[in-house]
Amino acid sequence: MITELGHFALILAFLVAIVQSIVPLIGAHKHWYGWMAVAEPAAKMQFLLTGFSFAALTYAFVTSDFSLRLVWLNSHSAKPMIYKISGVWGNHEGSMLLWVLILTLFGACAAWFGGNLPPTLRARVLAVQSSVSVAFFAFILFTSNPFLRLAVPPFDGQDLNPLLQDPGLAFHPPFLYLGYVGLSMAFSFAVAALLEGRVDAAWARWVRPWTLAAWVFLTIGIGLGSWWAYYELGWGGFWFWDPVENASFMPWLLAAALLHSAIVVEKRESLKSWTILLAILAFGFSLIGTFIVRSGLLTSVHAFANDPERGVFILMIFGFFTGGALILFAARASTMEAKGVFSVVSRESALVSNNVLLAVSCFVVFVGTLWPMFAEMFFDRKLSVGAPFFNMAFTPFMVVLGLILPVGSTLAWKRGKLGRAAYQMRYVFALAVSLGLLVWVMQTGRSLMGPIGLFLGSWLVFGSMLDLWMRAGRTWSRIPRLPRADWGKAVAHGGLGVTMFGIAGLMAWQLEDIRVAKMGEPFTVGAFELELQDVQRVQGPNYLSTMGFVALRTNGEQIAVLNPEKRNYPVAQMPTTEAAIDYRFLRDVYVVIGDPQEGGGWTLRTYVKPLANWIWAGTLLMALGGTLSLTDRRFRVAAGARRRRETAVPAE
Amino acid sequence: MALLVGLLAMPAFAVQPDEMLSDPALENRARELSRGLRCLVCKNESIDESNASLARDLRILVRDRLTAGDSDDEAIEFIVARYGEFVLLRPTVTGSNWLLWAAGPLMLLLAGGIGLSYLRGRAAAPESDIAALSDAEKTRLAEVLGDKR
Repeated sequence: MITELGHFALILAFLVAIVQSIVPLIGAHKHWYGWMAVAEPAAKMQFLLTGFSFAALTYAFVTSDFSLRLVWLNSHSAKPMIYKISGVWGNHEGSMLLWVLILTLFGACAAWFGGNLPPTLRARVLAVQSSVSVAFFAFILFTSNPFLRLAVPPFDGQDLNPLLQDPGLAFHPPFLYLGYVGLSMAFSFAVAALLEGRVDAAWARWVRPWTLAAWVFLTIGIGLGSWWAYYELGWGGFWFWDPVENASFMPWLLAAALLHSAIVVEKRESLKSWTILLAILAFGFSLIGTFIVRSGLLTSVHAFANDPERGVFILMIFGFFTGGALILFAARASTMEAKGVFSVVSRESALVSNNVLLAVSCFVVFVGTLWPMFAEMFFDRKLSVGAPFFNMAFTPFMVVLGLILPVGSTLAWKRGKLGRAAYQMRYVFALAVSLGLLVWVMQTGRSLMGPIGLFLGSWLVFGSMLDLWMRAGRTWSRIPRLPRADWGKAVAHGGLGVTMFGIAGLMAWQLEDIRVAKMGEPFTVGAFELELQDVQRVQGPNYLSTMGFVALRTNGEQIAVLNPEKRNYPVAQMPTTEAAIDYRFLRDVYVVIGDPQEGGGWTLRTYVKPLANWIWAGTLLMALGGTLSLTDRRFRVAAGARRRRETAVPAE
Repeated sequence: MALLVGLLAMPAFAVQPDEMLSDPALENRARELSRGLRCLVCKNESIDESNASLARDLRILVRDRLTAGDSDDEAIEFIVARYGEFVLLRPTVTGSNWLLWAAGPLMLLLAGGIGLSYLRGRAAAPESDIAALSDAEKTRLAEVLGDKR
């Protein structure tokens, strides 16, 4: 019954979305206020209906209603409750429902907080946003309906893939989708502005919080996913340059570029058409990502239910929205004249270089991801493009970006003096170089990656601190009272430095040891001594575990007992490994247990991973920086709306 | 979106102790090479990370070639001759692939060129452009942005 209601609510939401995508557009064109006013209640209604539908599906999962095909395929009555809930989006249909739920959430937020927008712009934004929902509601209802019943309900379900039975599944996809789908707001604003034929500083200020929020969510989502891969996959890799990862990384790069170019539009009324183009492309790449994950066109380690028919549908959605927006862009771009005048050496041009680097690096990822497909289609070559290519082709852009960032971000607006900005940074530069050199001397005969990473990382971190200090008029006591936007900028840029150092350090200084460990015979890896003390059979809620007990010592002192596991999930008939990790500030010790050996003992893999945590700490700092500047008084989305209600000036 | 299903479903045990060579220098070279070779039955994993049995066979093959005295290039050639260039995770710079490798640098030149000409255009633009915002527009802007009110 509840399931049917959920299904019905979804169909209703589809119908509401159709109305919302047509009526306000006509209203905005003809200046009929009544028609424009349809958008707001419709957006809220659409969200509530989709929310109800999602709740109904969750209810079916929680109560293990195996008459529902989706529940039967992806759940089991013995599964712990958290995975029954997160299992709702651990499959294609459910995750698509989460996708549109978030899409309608953003639409509803625009209706709730968009009070300070001019009525025609608001109507257009909501209509465009809703047209995206129409496409995805149709996609769900016609190709991936989660509410299909089974004629004969089975006794129990087939269980969720054991790799997904992890807290990672509870948080990673929702954050990722909030980011992906959040970019739809930037897209809607861009298309609405093109329809309106007007892009100005105010437009940039409205679009920036949405982009910033989407970017923050995407940052957290990618960081979580990478951490999940790190501890779950059993050898501590954190980034694989896999097509699906690239699919989330490309919108991230473009969103980062968009954030920065919108600043130029807001402050200097320049780069308008480029910013519009970026907004369209960023969401376009989100759609490409959805396509890559769900079409099965590119082989990936993260495969979803792959089905060419669905792929074609998403490709059509992508073609319609991106193509349509780009045609509109081509027709209207000429109306957007730049106004600001600035010299070639200025903050504006530093931001232009930021955009060039981010966009080109995104292009490199794009070409590398799709090259196997192009090569097969046009040149009849079956080849692979893997991590070694991306490491070589992508990294230089990030190094250059890191090099120019601290100087560029302190350049003056309009007309800067490169010499002066560089001179201000001289101590920071010297400090970063000497730290890099120091490490280079200490580590004999290893790659240059570590020292370069340390140099870049400290250049960025200390550069951001110096920037804060200079913003505060070179007075320490004033730093805490700086606007949050300044703090946000410094924290996010510093976070980028921390992540860069973490990645370089981990890749340059990792230690690895693979051996047959005999019970009670200690062995050393780097500065650590490990001893396999025991291996036990342990019964979990829905799995059987072989659990090792490994003592970890340093300087003869025991600091931890690690429990690496091998689990076997009988229902899904699939084994998984659970690495045991001793997390510390400067390094992780990562232990994985393998099979028992004939001559006694167990295979044991040990890694010492220096600075592993720094990668995610930096990611969190970037997200924190974004959040700080989002909460800056000037950008608070609701601030305008509240003030408006106080002054009570009905514009309509 | 990035759900970890696929072939990573097989639990990790990539390189086994019994495969490893006793000569550490040779073993290091073998590890380095196997990081650049794709496991053919897997989805986008190198043979160094994979636990498929085919990946194990390939790892042992690489080690056999190295012990037999092959140079790194010879060992790679030997494997490419048998399995095709699909096995290389780092595509060669031959034939149409130069497009792949040149895509980034070319795009950077193009984008850099466009960016620079834009910046020069802005620097040369007449100052009077800034005044284009009329007083009415300025008031409206201040009102909308909620500044100084």
